[in-house]
Amino acid sequence: MSVELIVFFALAALAVGGALSLIFQRHPIHSALSLIVVMIALAGLYLLMGAEFVAAVQIIVYGGAIMVLFVFVIMLLNAGVEERTNMSKLAGYAGIPLALALTSFLAAALTRSSDAVQASAATGTAAPTKALAMLLFQDFVYPFELTSFLILVAILGAIVLAQRETSR
Amino acid sequence: MIDFLNAHAELLINLVKTALLLFIVLTVNAYLTWFERKVVAHMQSRWGPHRVGPHGLLQPLADGVKFLFKEDPTPAGVDKFVYYMAPLLALALALTSIAVIPFGPDPIRVFGRDIYLGITDLNIGILALFAITALGVYGVALAGWSSNSKYPLLGGLRSSAQMISYELALTMSVVGVLLMAGSFSLRDIIANQQNTPGLFGWHGIFSWNIFAGPFPQILGFLCFFVAAIAETNRVPFDLPEAESELVAGFHTEYASFKFAMFFIAEYTSMITVSALCSILFFGGWLSPFPAAWTFTHYLPSIILIPFGFWVIWDGIRYETVFGRIILPGIGTAMAAVGIALLLFPTVNEFIQAPFWLLSKILVFLFIYVWMRGTLPRLRYDQLMDFGWKLLLPVSLANVVITAGAILWWGKP
Repeated sequence: MSVELIVFFALAALAVGGALSLIFQRHPIHSALSLIVVMIALAGLYLLMGAEFVAAVQIIVYGGAIMVLFVFVIMLLNAGVEERTNMSKLAGYAGIPLALALTSFLAAALTRSSDAVQASAATGTAAPTKALAMLLFQDFVYPFELTSFLILVAILGAIVLAQRETSR
Repeated sequence: MIDFLNAHAELLINLVKTALLLFIVLTVNAYLTWFERKVVAHMQSRWGPHRVGPHGLLQPLADGVKFLFKEDPTPAGVDKFVYYMAPLLALALALTSIAVIPFGPDPIRVFGRDIYLGITDLNIGILALFAITALGVYGVALAGWSSNSKYPLLGGLRSSAQMISYELALTMSVVGVLLMAGSFSLRDIIANQQNTPGLFGWHGIFSWNIFAGPFPQILGFLCFFVAAIAETNRVPFDLPEAESELVAGFHTEYASFKFAMFFIAEYTSMITVSALCSILFFGGWLSPFPAAWTFTHYLPSIILIPFGFWVIWDGIRYETVFGRIILPGIGTAMAAVGIALLLFPTVNEFIQAPFWLLSKILVFLFIYVWMRGTLPRLRYDQLMDFGWKLLLPVSLANVVITAGAILWWGKP
């Protein structure tokens, strides 16, 4: 087994373990910490594929900013240990088959397209950050700008909704 | 044995370098506390540490021993796992961030292998640093939360809000430098400042990013430095541990070595930020003088020899016998190093780059202490207003103007 493969399986186990722990932890802060572990494991996987920029941004944006916000809100609300109720029937009868179906579809799709994925990964290794910038700001500049516009609209919407009612 | 060494040379070199850097950083940390207490004391017309060793020089050692041997109670009702993890996390991340910083351009050749100063050279260096500092906030926030006490919780809350607000400005203020260098690697950023003709076409200090065209990064530097001070939780942005409001903030419930870990983490971050300021804006290890002025290469000796003799002269008149032995010893060592540098020109040439980088780091550390001695703490709403309404717009404007200037006049 090559070193890359060992590191891959270690990181993958960390990501899956973190995700399971996220669901099974009773306390919101522990769940949030598990999610941070998942984010960092994913960043490690990106690094393994040679996408250094994406890995760093993954940690800065998801591991740093977004999860800090999550932790901040949980601390601000002082959320305690969640109460467990009986599992809903719908989750048992519909959720588990649907989850299995999703996993098998994804696995099937990924195994079919694995050649294409490897080919694209091999071409982008020379200057990954520059190649990424070229893709974002030249080839896909309109979708990129549209997405940022969409996020801006969402931010404005959030501000309007969160604003206190002013007396007219 | 030799085969084994050859096969694992890279790993061994890195291990030795890591251990050495760790030792140096921790020692510097200890003496940084002494430096800070001394400087602040003299600013307030006091003597500062004076009893333990000559001029209080053994005070850091005494503090270290005290931290190790104090009782280490765990308060009731804490979240054990998170409570123990928080100081570890803070310290580990702070120490990791130093690994990215390069300390000199030229390698040392040992047994036919080039050994560079600095542990690793990532081509996403600056991004990796930001990623590590972005995670650093969890140490403080989780310490506050897990302590099961109201003042630490308030400290943790303040710290996470502060981090979110200032990280944007911190990252945006560096973009101007990145645009000028065209690289994320710290080595490339310094190399880019070497030959650019700066203001009036002069080299040396005018080639540094803070002065060099097309758009001098003065605004970028000010934003970066202010945001970085906020990120390291130092005065005037030390609201997470404001002692007059929150007892001791996030580390109120920590004692003994767990408290020391937060302390070391804070001082290590100060060193990292000082190094980053020097590298990004002040030319890193580049000399402020033009390359033609070779006589400036004697500057380390010119500083070390008189200072060494002054320490000897001061030491022989010291009031305690211990001081009369130890201080002249230190002075002799300093003067000897200065004279050795004069006698071995190759060593002197090699030491120029680290000498300038370390001098710049020392200047920024002094500014940190200076600010602690002079500035009052901000109020919380002032802190938020300052971050969002001033720092962020200014750093964004800096990005736009720098990008426009590079587009118009071309890269320097």
